[in-house]
Amino acid sequence: MLHLILFFIFAAVCIAGAVNLLAQSHPINSALSLIVVMGSLAVLYLLLGAEFVAAIQIIIYAGAVMVLFIFVIMLLNAGIEEHSGKSYVAWFIGIPSVTVLVGLAVYSLVLYQENSDPAIGPEPILGSVQAIAHLLFGKFLLPFEVTSVLILIAIMGAVVLARRGES
Amino acid sequence: MLTYIVIAAIKSVVLIHVLLGAVAYTVWLERKVVGHMQNRWGPTRVGPFGLLQPIADGVKFILKEDLTPPHVYKPLFILAPMLSVVLALTSIAIIPLGNQLPLGRWTTALQITSSPAGTGDINIGLLILLGVTSIAVYGIALAGWSSNNKYSLLGSLRASAQMISYELSLGLSLVGVLLLAGSLSLREIVTAQSRSYDFRWIPAWFPHWYVFPQLIAFFIYLISAYAETNRIPFDLPEAETELVAGYHTEYSAMKFAMFFMAEYANMFTVACVATLLFFGGWSGPVPKFLPPLVQAFVPLFWFAIKVLAFIFVYIWVRGTLPRFRYDQLMAFGWKFLLPLAIANIIITSLFVAWLS
Repeated sequence: MLHLILFFIFAAVCIAGAVNLLAQSHPINSALSLIVVMGSLAVLYLLLGAEFVAAIQIIIYAGAVMVLFIFVIMLLNAGIEEHSGKSYVAWFIGIPSVTVLVGLAVYSLVLYQENSDPAIGPEPILGSVQAIAHLLFGKFLLPFEVTSVLILIAIMGAVVLARRGES
Repeated sequence: MLTYIVIAAIKSVVLIHVLLGAVAYTVWLERKVVGHMQNRWGPTRVGPFGLLQPIADGVKFILKEDLTPPHVYKPLFILAPMLSVVLALTSIAIIPLGNQLPLGRWTTALQITSSPAGTGDINIGLLILLGVTSIAVYGIALAGWSSNNKYSLLGSLRASAQMISYELSLGLSLVGVLLLAGSLSLREIVTAQSRSYDFRWIPAWFPHWYVFPQLIAFFIYLISAYAETNRIPFDLPEAETELVAGYHTEYSAMKFAMFFMAEYANMFTVACVATLLFFGGWSGPVPKFLPPLVQAFVPLFWFAIKVLAFIFVYIWVRGTLPRFRYDQLMAFGWKFLLPLAIANIIITSLFVAWLS
């Protein structure tokens, strides 16, 4: 019961944050809304029993990545955006695709429910730190290490690009 | 379910009051200790030994005019101090202060986030703590930005850069302890420190605190913790000689007090984590002859003593060391502490692998 109540509260917060992200005209408000979205997503992960993923979501996305966003907005001192409201792309592509997406979501959630996967639900064991560690350092060791090498290369690339003008 | 929520709410109320009281008296202690270190008396006028000074300060903060300068970005200007203080108080919820507290017919765990049975703990306690710390940057960053003031902005930029940089070495310094304890649950880490050593030649009375095998990690933690809480020698975000007061230049009255409370509450959290991870938490000799209720409070007493010792070291360092230069701070964090923390992890994991 409490799970369900918390789920609906944080799902609502998440969607409200996402809508607010688009509606705000000041970049820093949008960035803060994104933090709200990520925080409430973390709570939803927690409700599914994926505690490690929830904590990492907070530390990495809400903590580290978004701090850099805010940092850039603060440094550039980005001003308020202007809404022209005249974009034809939005009218002719945006609205039909939103309609299709909402329709698909309603179809899959309401009408197609009997075929949906019943196994999705709270699985406290799978989300634990030990389980994830066994997966990361056992079954998925190679993809995990390759990803870290990829990130290392990206960092080195950024350093090289940033330092190009100096030498 | 309902009783669990009610109990957690009661515990939260008690703990918040204890924490805020401790915060107020830490300010008194700091003024007193730093005063004596500098051959002054510190506060003496309000009450005996100036003991009522925190209350006078509190009354003053409440009664002062709460100025909001006209050029600030108001929603975030108001949000920032609240965010700081709320996050600082949140992180204390994870901390286990002791095992069980028998109160007449009931026993309860000395922790807000314990399992309903009262013996367990959330498995990711430490990660939640790191998460809250990483979110806490926003309080300071937004305060500086929304003040619309050059000094504030510079202060908050420094604070964000500093807190992100030192969070890395802070997190990595804890990994050594986690490797030895084999758990992320704070309660289990404390329990692991009550075991005896694996080696014969260490006498049994010698405490199995992780500070001994993880001495380097402890110092990395201590240094990064000072930087995380923006204390001297790393208080560059509020360096008064160059930035007026840094990120809280434009704040007055209760809003300023909120930043102040957040800083001291964070000091307490950091000291609690150091106690739990490196100094055996609430473990200590418990005499058998005391009445049961008093006896139940003895572990809490050990915990408080250890935390207070850390707070004293904080104040001591403040009275001793000058402030770093900004580039020194960054170079120290990235080029010295971080590699050292990684080396410590490698050595510890080799040791753990050899042991098993």
